[in-house]
Amino acid sequence: MSNTLIEVKGLYKLFGSNPKAHMPLVHQGLGKDEILAQTGHTLGLKDINLSIKEGDISVIMGLSGSGKSTLIRHFNRLIEPTEGQILVGGTDVMSLAEKDLEQFRRHRMSMVFQRFGLLPHRTVLDNVSFGLTIQGIKKKEANERAIEWLETVGLGGYENQYPAQLSGGQQQRVGLARALATNADILLMDEAFSALDPLIRSEMQDQLVELQEKLQKTIIFITHDLDEALRLGNNIAILKDGELVQDDKPEEILLNPATDYVEAFVRDVNRARALTVETVMQPQEFRITATTIEEALKQMRAHKDDYAYHVTDDGYQGMLSQESLEEYYQEDKTAKLTEEHYEDLEPIAPDAALEEILPETLASDYPVPVVDEEGEFMGSLSRDALAEVLSPEASSEEANTDKSAPSEEGSETPAEKDESKVKQPTTSA
Amino acid sequence: MADASWLTSFPQLSRMELLTIRKTLDGAYKAFSREYGDAIESIFHPILAFLVWFEKLLINTPWPIIILVIGAIVYFASRSWKLLTGVVIALLLVGFFGMWEDTMSTLSMITVCTLISIVLGIPIGIGMARSDRFQKVMMPILDVMQTMPAFVYLIPVVMLLGIGKIPGLISVVIYAIPPVIRLTNLGIRLVDSEVLEAATAFGANGRQRLFNVQIPLAMPNIMAGINQTIMMALAMVVVASMIGVKGLGQPVLKSIQNQYFTLGLFNGLAIVALAIIFDRVSQAYAKRSQKHMKGAHS
Repeated sequence: MSNTLIEVKGLYKLFGSNPKAHMPLVHQGLGKDEILAQTGHTLGLKDINLSIKEGDISVIMGLSGSGKSTLIRHFNRLIEPTEGQILVGGTDVMSLAEKDLEQFRRHRMSMVFQRFGLLPHRTVLDNVSFGLTIQGIKKKEANERAIEWLETVGLGGYENQYPAQLSGGQQQRVGLARALATNADILLMDEAFSALDPLIRSEMQDQLVELQEKLQKTIIFITHDLDEALRLGNNIAILKDGELVQDDKPEEILLNPATDYVEAFVRDVNRARALTVETVMQPQEFRITATTIEEALKQMRAHKDDYAYHVTDDGYQGMLSQESLEEYYQEDKTAKLTEEHYEDLEPIAPDAALEEILPETLASDYPVPVVDEEGEFMGSLSRDALAEVLSPEASSEEANTDKSAPSEEGSETPAEKDESKVKQPTTSA
Repeated sequence: MADASWLTSFPQLSRMELLTIRKTLDGAYKAFSREYGDAIESIFHPILAFLVWFEKLLINTPWPIIILVIGAIVYFASRSWKLLTGVVIALLLVGFFGMWEDTMSTLSMITVCTLISIVLGIPIGIGMARSDRFQKVMMPILDVMQTMPAFVYLIPVVMLLGIGKIPGLISVVIYAIPPVIRLTNLGIRLVDSEVLEAATAFGANGRQRLFNVQIPLAMPNIMAGINQTIMMALAMVVVASMIGVKGLGQPVLKSIQNQYFTLGLFNGLAIVALAIIFDRVSQAYAKRSQKHMKGAHS
């Protein structure tokens, strides 16, 4: 899961008639506009360093003109770089000879395009089997495999239609099936869902996440849409004017934007949907391990807060408040702690989106306990922490002043990996 | 005061100088054609043999079979009963007015010229689409081929090969080939770059891209080029008859020289009939083969 599969090292792209000659200017650190004014060359990419992990969906995000489409075309060398290396599993793509490059494209990487890039004169089936026939696989076998993939993407029965007879979403499913059919382990998706209607787009996003759970491909996904990036990405790299401005986990991008540019980007994001509980909770709150009320109260009094969470070897048990414990203590000080002593507070899951747990957290006087699927106590989420992270100005202030605030938890808890699955609302039937 | 006569009369080469240029060039070309004429003629021999064989085949086959075969081709290309009926009636009328044999000669000439134009023109067009430099070289040549009066390039061809079918064929091809070259070039250059990029991304090599993507997607334009080529070849038939190409052109030429209006009109109409048949059938075929472009959602 965490092996680096692709590494981009010092990648530069200068567009124009004689890019090599003007590279010294680029290395001097001149900006895109100055280089254009002085040389008539356009700086496409500037010193990109990026590593992409196996099995991740890595999102590369930027507005139009930021160089994201240029960058993705370097991975399979549809565009030649001016300088730099791209290592895929140790081999430098830039050093491949013509024939090797063809083999590399046939077997290692496949691609999905913004405007689908289907062959209009061929049936859906022939389009899906295109990559296979290019590999030299016999027509019959190629068709069998193509039919399987068409069924996987939900287009069984459309084999003999032509692309023009399908809707945009269906056409992109054909594009996706074509890319998956070659069995390449790396999937490049160039604004694959940007040309689709919002509803279809989110359906396709769900489908991609679902497929990815099964297939575990390494996906490089280009988009200009931050919501899409947050929904799909295990990692997000943000490009601006051909430069990488931030390359981080989604919640880090949201909570700790590296520059004003990124901050402007994330300002309009629906944080309640994009962030999960574990990214904002306080981890490892004070816990009580006692078995009787007396012991519990003793532990509680030694602690500054007037509430605590009862945890035993079997995991999380319930929440105790000092106030009611004192009352129970009057009745029977040696009684064992049982269910009736707990406060009435349902724990929440660490991978739930904030919007799902918003009502109960706001209604509770105490921080709500966070308990994972195995019943392990992970931390708590208070109203204040929730309110702070959801107010738009919070992130920058808290990044500057209060470093112990929720923003740092992301790096301590290694459990973000599943969030993209859970974040999606259940739109598809 | 200097002599200002150069303002009123153009400062031209003297008669002697012009004569020398003409004599030198003509002499050199004559020497060339004496030296290599036979060799060049022998290169074209297989084409001539094929042309003669094909013409004889069309003329000697009983007319009902010819009409049947043409009718079958028309129907399979267009799937239209209306068009088929029109074509059969036109052919019957041509025969009825005594022009069957000439029409068959012209038909064989046009067919062979068109085939040669396609075989030469499409690869040249593809080459132009692939190389900007080759395009730069070819464009002026094509302009000359299309604008130079046909009679002018009849002269060197006749000097080289004499009169007959082959010089006629060469001049028809020179005149008719530019559209198919131009539109092949254009069609391939207009192929959606994302589709081509997709093919490249899946590891297609140059040949696979050409045959799986570029030519099929350029087909509507290439077909339009072929159609234009056929039309221009038909227009050239009369001119070619001046250098001994048999067919509908010769009666037309005879009518011009002797002022036989009706004879000219009949043969002219027969050429028009052939043109319409070729045009409608090739267009109907092109349209039918592009049916997949029209979908429920486009």
